[in-house]
Amino acid sequence: MEEEYAGGVEKKFIYINRRAPHGTVYALESLETVLIGAAFDQDVSMLFIDDGVYQLKKDQSTDSIEFKNFSKAFRALEMYDVEKLFVEAESLQERGLSEDDLLVDVELVKRGEVKDLIDQQDVVLSF
Amino acid sequence: MKFSILVNEGPYQHQASDSAYQFAKAALESGHEVQRVFFYHDGVNNGTNLTTPPQDDRHIQKRWSEMAESNKVDLVLCVAACQRRGIVDEGERDRNKKDATNVADGFRISGLGQLIEAAIESDRLVTFGD
Repeated sequence: MEEEYAGGVEKKFIYINRRAPHGTVYALESLETVLIGAAFDQDVSMLFIDDGVYQLKKDQSTDSIEFKNFSKAFRALEMYDVEKLFVEAESLQERGLSEDDLLVDVELVKRGEVKDLIDQQDVVLSF
Repeated sequence: MKFSILVNEGPYQHQASDSAYQFAKAALESGHEVQRVFFYHDGVNNGTNLTTPPQDDRHIQKRWSEMAESNKVDLVLCVAACQRRGIVDEGERDRNKKDATNVADGFRISGLGQLIEAAIESDRLVTFGD
């Protein structure tokens, strides 16, 4: 239902995902926003931090909670030209996870570098 | 400066929509422009005209509607969030075969693209929520 944005302005957007994929609606709604926003041809990054790193965990199963398993959609982000996926290294380590546990290729950033990453953006959407 | 605002939480449960309103009011009083307020998640419950808070409490929906009328602020409710929560305008009523509408004056239902567009066109997008 959205029309392509013809404004010609390109801004740097970062979506910060801080919450587990289920338990609250924010993770799903963040992904919806990224997918809709892709039609606007902006420079998009995503950052996964704190429990948000669980959104990218491989082999999720949501059958028993009767929720949509939207984790597979992260694999499709490439088709939407969303290729800059950052994960905070410490958030992974603190949860006993490594890059091998994730379902997409990501770029690890250190906790101390997150501020710089956010500083580079024009628009910060935090979910 | 041109602001847009994102409200991610429902009224009365969470202070986010109060803070967003106070921020918008202060911005307008300081001579800034508030282009759009986008309501997402439970934030869409700010836009129902069926609330009746106690008389000694603030009327959150009415405050927004009055702001929209006097300052031409565009109040947009996310359509997918509305459909899940029973916030209905005439178009949605007809499309989804409901028998009532409850979108308050000054609010309109539209898509997430309105949020992205506001972020692009405004100098600042300010988010209220957890």
